Amino acid sequence: MEKQYLFTADLNVTNLACLRNEQALFSGLNVSLSPENVLFLEGENGSGKTSLLRILCGFRLADEGKITWGEQAVSAVPEYFENISYVGHKNGIKDELTVEENLNLMRSMATASDIETESVLKQIGLFKRADVLSRHLSAGQKRKLALARLMMTNNSFWILDEPFTALDKATVGFFEELIKQHIGRGGMLILTSHHDIDLSGLSVQHLNLSNKKYV
Amino acid sequence: MFDAWLQIFKRDLLIAFRRRSEIIHPLIFFVMVISLFPLAIGDDKVLLQKIAPAIIWVTALLATMLSLDNLFRSDFDDGSLEQMTLLKTPLSLLVTAKITAHWFITGLPLLLITPLLAVLLYVPTEMISMLLLTLLLGTPTLSLIGAVGIALTVGLRQGGVILSLLILPLYIPVLIFATLALQNSAQGFSAEAQLAMMLAILVLAITLSPFAIAAALKVSLN
Repeated sequence: MEKQYLFTADLNVTNLACLRNEQALFSGLNVSLSPENVLFLEGENGSGKTSLLRILCGFRLADEGKITWGEQAVSAVPEYFENISYVGHKNGIKDELTVEENLNLMRSMATASDIETESVLKQIGLFKRADVLSRHLSAGQKRKLALARLMMTNNSFWILDEPFTALDKATVGFFEELIKQHIGRGGMLILTSHHDIDLSGLSVQHLNLSNKKYV
Repeated sequence: MFDAWLQIFKRDLLIAFRRRSEIIHPLIFFVMVISLFPLAIGDDKVLLQKIAPAIIWVTALLATMLSLDNLFRSDFDDGSLEQMTLLKTPLSLLVTAKITAHWFITGLPLLLITPLLAVLLYVPTEMISMLLLTLLLGTPTLSLIGAVGIALTVGLRQGGVILSLLILPLYIPVLIFATLALQNSAQGFSAEAQLAMMLAILVLAITLSPFAIAAALKVSLN
């Protein structure tokens, strides 16, 4: 049995609005997420999925509404941001560093997990390429490396934006399993994906941003 | 907290070492532009000697601006910047690691090659130490001030021109005090007042600009 996460709380989003070019991407959005739950964002391209995720990460400011972690507004809880593992459209890996250096950098910057770098390399199938500059990896391999960020830290809140682009089936299966473990340890996950993801056995909440009807 | 600082510092040095053109291009620019002046002016020793401080300082200023362009660009493009904002260590502290590394990569080589170029411009040997001192106090200030402008324009596609309009005016005080210090010491007067002002500007830049840079980067991410 894996260790449970220590830092968890309910996430509540109330009356959130996001404008782009004077037009509302979404408004009056209410949603909440508890530990051991998954929030699956759906919606057509341009419906604001990425914007919502970026607002939750604090990269973007919401035009209206508030986000609370536990009882407090997230802006008053610095630990909220430290506790996020975010994998967005950009991989967040340095081309000039080797695979192993990238992983070690991810680890050294945050609360590190117990897993050895070597073991992570083996699990994502990049062990033989550990000393290769990331620049020389394929798109799928880069994506794997970006997602390996999730294994290097002990963060309980994962935010994934189209995590499985360019990945092969076996790797997708591996990360689906990783998500199940994460939720089992009391973690939380928000993701968007146009791929079919097998999240059977988990409590998944669907939120569709296109039809403007929010839970 | 300082562990993350050190990691970013080491990371940037390593990346620069693997992408050496970034170090070399501004340096070549510096050498080339300075050596154009003796070619254009001819063998007028007195004139060259007189304008040498101005030439070296203006060129150093332009070379710094040229080298700054890459400071946040790659972190912005590959998503490392987003990841940095999520860290426990404040972004304002992490940017100082990047700027320090950047100065070691671009500012320090500039300083090291200056004595050679000074000879090319007939700068008397006793003046060279003063020249280096002004550059030592001045170039970090240029990097810090320039980084604010870079942070503001990193999200724009054509930030280059706006950048120079934005930060060149802010470079003027440093330029004035540096060249004044050199003039004074060339005429045998004390340059302490100017050097003290340059140091004051540097301290001000070190204490205030990291916050401005962090805020500007967050605006660029938004």
